[in-house]
Amino acid sequence: MNIIDDLILHSPALIVAIPLLGAFLTPLVSRINDKLRNIFVIFIVLFTSAIVLLLANDIYSLGGKIHTYVFGGSAAVTQGGFAIRILFEVDGLNIFMALIATILAIAGVIYSWSFMKENTGLDKYYTLYLLIIAGMFGMILTGDMFNFFVFLEITSIASCALIAFWTNKGKAIDAGFKYIVISSIGALFILFAIAILYGQYNALNMAVLADKIQFSFLDKIALAVLITGLAMKAGIVPMHMWLPDAYGRAPSSVTLILVGATQASLYGALRMIFTVYGGSLSNTLNQIGDVNIDLNLLLGIFIVALALVTIFIGVLMALKENNFKRMIAFAAVAEIGYMILAIGAALTTVFSATDTGTGVMALKGGLFHILNDALDVGLLFLVAGAIYYATKETSLNRLGGLARNMKYTTIFFLIGLLAVSGMPPMNGFASKLIIYESTYQVNPILSIIAILCSILLLAVFVKVFHSAFLGPKQSRFDEVKEVPKSMLLAMGIIACIIIFIGLFPNLVIDNIVQPAVNAITNNSNYISNVIGGI
Amino acid sequence: MIYNIPYIAVVALILIGLYAVIFKRNLIKIVIGITLIESGVNLFLITLAFREDSIAPIYRGSGSRIMDMSLPVPHALTLTSIVIGVAVLALMLSLIIHLYKHYNTLDASKIGREEE
Amino acid sequence: MSGMSRIVKTVTNVAFPIVMIYGLYVIAHGHLTPGGGFQGGAVVASGLAMLLVAYGSVWTMGKVKEKQLSVLESIGALGFISLAFLGILMVLLYSSFQGNFFNNFLINQDIIPIFNEIGRGLANINTAGVIPLMNFAVGLKVIAGLFAIVLVMAYATRLKGVKQK
Repeated sequence: MNIIDDLILHSPALIVAIPLLGAFLTPLVSRINDKLRNIFVIFIVLFTSAIVLLLANDIYSLGGKIHTYVFGGSAAVTQGGFAIRILFEVDGLNIFMALIATILAIAGVIYSWSFMKENTGLDKYYTLYLLIIAGMFGMILTGDMFNFFVFLEITSIASCALIAFWTNKGKAIDAGFKYIVISSIGALFILFAIAILYGQYNALNMAVLADKIQFSFLDKIALAVLITGLAMKAGIVPMHMWLPDAYGRAPSSVTLILVGATQASLYGALRMIFTVYGGSLSNTLNQIGDVNIDLNLLLGIFIVALALVTIFIGVLMALKENNFKRMIAFAAVAEIGYMILAIGAALTTVFSATDTGTGVMALKGGLFHILNDALDVGLLFLVAGAIYYATKETSLNRLGGLARNMKYTTIFFLIGLLAVSGMPPMNGFASKLIIYESTYQVNPILSIIAILCSILLLAVFVKVFHSAFLGPKQSRFDEVKEVPKSMLLAMGIIACIIIFIGLFPNLVIDNIVQPAVNAITNNSNYISNVIGGI
Repeated sequence: MIYNIPYIAVVALILIGLYAVIFKRNLIKIVIGITLIESGVNLFLITLAFREDSIAPIYRGSGSRIMDMSLPVPHALTLTSIVIGVAVLALMLSLIIHLYKHYNTLDASKIGREEE
Repeated sequence: MSGMSRIVKTVTNVAFPIVMIYGLYVIAHGHLTPGGGFQGGAVVASGLAMLLVAYGSVWTMGKVKEKQLSVLESIGALGFISLAFLGILMVLLYSSFQGNFFNNFLINQDIIPIFNEIGRGLANINTAGVIPLMNFAVGLKVIAGLFAIVLVMAYATRLKGVKQK
């Protein structure tokens, strides 16, 4: 077997292990030279992305293929049927999230080359950055519940230390403290639910649990606690308090990778609901008259209600903000609401017997919107960081007339603005159109509220564009120059991908999103790859 | 009934910890509340390993009674959780040292409210 | 913080080697008795913290530089992850191998026969393969890491203007 086949065979372990090795080597490399350390970090991230692309090519070549990797042995299940080893299981949904994480990681590392150049303590910065990347990939690729919890804690501890990186400002340390309190309580709730499930079924493996689970009373408690814990990490109202502070006061490259970590917790919620609890979700709870109230209907309605509140609060709080980055953070909260809306609408119909394809279309829109939202909001945060780097101002009252000095940054902000509010020809239009169509068939009011809030987001960002970039030239911004080339390169990569997805959405949906939807709605493939024959 | 007492203690610890995090304003008391919740979850994990009349899971060659050992997997899970708790506690206390140097107070309603 | 009185310093001088030997015993017997990398490392770090309290943080910071602790910690971490990587890379050296990441590649093989005894030497340290080596690496990292945390916290909160003994 040649080297490429070996790389693909061991790739799930290598994707997590190589950033970990890089993170442990960075303090030793940085004692030699500073520039060598930067080049070393970028090389490690590019090598990891190459392995992710190889694995994606291997999985997409054959429909429904799942790649299983067992740590420290060759068989995951002994003869008695006990699952004893930790395993990584990569199917269509995992590789979709891994592609998103790869793009964010590459852009973040290239951006922080020149954004963080005048700060001290940079060797610790790069070590923690590589640890966040390793933890994010571990969360996405794993097939074991306790392993998911461990990687979740690694990511949250490393990102808390990076949020409080500018220790000369009191507000950044305060944001970090709020983040670690809420994140730690959420993770302890998740551990509590994992312990309940382990105590009942003696299994920590996701596939074995999905096979054995019967929906008893303790399982319902475990589901409620699990979703509460994961919603705390993903920033859904009413547990969104940490999001504007943490996103707004961290350095911009850290915010970019935090967006990736938040989407990974949302992926965790999807995996738990659809794969581990999948078979038992269509149980009948109650019968009123001759209408069955299924469990998935109840859960779907609850999630849709939460989503509407999230979208409302996100958009309304963004209207009154004066700080540039906090406003984009509230827009990010509203976008998470759109994703949850699509998933809740899908839950109400996808498991019942009278499904007409609405549920699958809603899932497609929701998953596509995860990809689009990560790119759009990421680009907006990078532009905000560029403005802070050039002018050292964050308040919108004191900015103005920057379009003459910073031409490229203005163009990138225009692209991000059109993409976030769902205008053609950007990628936000394609995914939001699918969400509007599918939620209209569930209930027309949901679709009307979603369209209204999208228009309000457009109003918010046009106000920002006018007050920050257009307008008369101010005299104290005379010597403001364009930002350095590496920051422009990072913003350019994301902008090109946004325009590409916006012009050819069919290519992306058929090749990348459809395998993810296939993997999520049918969990028998996932189980039979580990246990072998149901 | 006597085998249910650890579970009652777990629920009591978690509820007291949540009360301390939500309603107290001193930063150190919030950290103590998080430690209480973590102790409760660790106690829950280690209680799951109990079997009646069991011995410690240490292998002694051919003379050890395997069928009487308590389950060793929850021991490993609890240990990992304790390690993570130590790391989070160290991080939170370092942040409190920085906050005290900056604001000279430990009251959670007075920090982070300055103008831009 | 300033140091404590002479009685405390003398008792610490006697007690510290005993605590350190106990901690290293717990690390080394990790594959047989309860213990291992983290537990033994925490015991040794407690002994070092006792030293810090008895002698004062200013004196200790003068003797131990923070850079050396950082290098020790990196060596421990690198040892752990390279032992994990060797599970894959062994296939390059000896083609009769096929293992995964974190594979215990030192047991049940014929190339290095010293790791293969079972039977009479059941409790010896060379019969468990890769596990005692990983215990040593993790123990070193935990000792360096926990001691660095306690040292930096004590040094950062020292009172200025108080005469240090």
